[in-house]
Amino acid sequence: MKSCLVVDDSRVVRKVARKILEELSFACTEAEDGRQAMEACARAMPDAILLDWNMPVMTGIEFLRRLRKMSGGDAPKVVFCTTENDLAHIQEALSAGANEYIMKPFDSDIIQTKFQQIGLL
Amino acid sequence: MRVEDFDMFATLLKQRSGLVLTKDKAYLLESRLMPVARKWNMKGLDELASTVRTRKDEALLRDITEAMTTNESSFFRDQKPFDQFKQIVLPRLLETRAAKRSIRIWSAACSSGQEAYSLSMLLNEDAAKVAGWRIEIVGTDISAEMVERSKSGIYTQFEVQRGLPIQMLVKHFKQQGDKWQIGPNLRQMVSFKEWNLLGDLGGLGQFDVVFCRNVLIYFDQPTKTKVLEAIARQMPPDGVLYLGGAETVLGITDRFKPVDGQRGLYTLSSGPGFNTAGARAAAF
Repeated sequence: MKSCLVVDDSRVVRKVARKILEELSFACTEAEDGRQAMEACARAMPDAILLDWNMPVMTGIEFLRRLRKMSGGDAPKVVFCTTENDLAHIQEALSAGANEYIMKPFDSDIIQTKFQQIGLL
Repeated sequence: MRVEDFDMFATLLKQRSGLVLTKDKAYLLESRLMPVARKWNMKGLDELASTVRTRKDEALLRDITEAMTTNESSFFRDQKPFDQFKQIVLPRLLETRAAKRSIRIWSAACSSGQEAYSLSMLLNEDAAKVAGWRIEIVGTDISAEMVERSKSGIYTQFEVQRGLPIQMLVKHFKQQGDKWQIGPNLRQMVSFKEWNLLGDLGGLGQFDVVFCRNVLIYFDQPTKTKVLEAIARQMPPDGVLYLGGAETVLGITDRFKPVDGQRGLYTLSSGPGFNTAGARAAAF
């Protein structure tokens, strides 16, 4: 079973995303901000990370840049999932090492096809 | 909805579009026709039905047909047919059409145009190989509204996330407020026409590749046969046809035969088949 870390400061979004991912047979863990996500990745690198952008303590983009410098941090497939929906943000995310990008609101179809495209399903 | 009204709408739709509406689709009829009734300032479906009976208004009949025949679509729908196109169909065309340097592709019942534009993106990836070639992708749909939408190349945020990899969005689309428009260099490869598959297809010309996926499922058996045989007449002997994953030619027509090991791909029974040297080389 593949693992996915869901990083979002909204409990509701984490719950919805978790339900969708569990239906796609992912084992999910959660983090409320970038810092917590760093700690989770230091313990065990997940196969996939669903990542919000705007969060307190540490943003998603800052987390991603740090992750890609960590030992083993190039392995997880990172899918941004954010309300930031302009080209500039998308390009910034891709150049920081994101594999895919979801603009909220999302549904299970979008998560499923995006995860398929980057070879997680 | 009253049974006689349902039957009347079902007959109308069958005549105009070939769509077969079974009784279990009554809810679909109601939910899709309510907006039409509102647009025409009618109180509800009873009034819509009686208006259709008494006054054969072409614009109204057209609105009803369009409301029932527009379907959801996504970019690179089902993915596999597009991988197939890139790996075996296009290499074969590059070989067999080398002298003519021209390829025509038809997206039949194209809805809002995603299939046609997905193909243009694939061809763009092989731009060096088709430089100087005349590439034409033609999308047709029974709905004037869908044809207009397709021509605009404008999609909502939701639509551009259905099947479209983010790299392709960034590469080929321009953001316009909360919508995204596909770029002019891909749009010039693609054209769209309002066309009824049950009508005369002769005016469309010949196509090397025909995509007619998830269209036949809405038709009854005789209509399926009629449409497939009409499509066959628009193809050269070595042309290929794509059907949807749940569709078959078995028991419908013997004009087409499946390509071995390539699900969803068909060639003309009377033609040379698919196994050119190029296709064999690509397969091994």
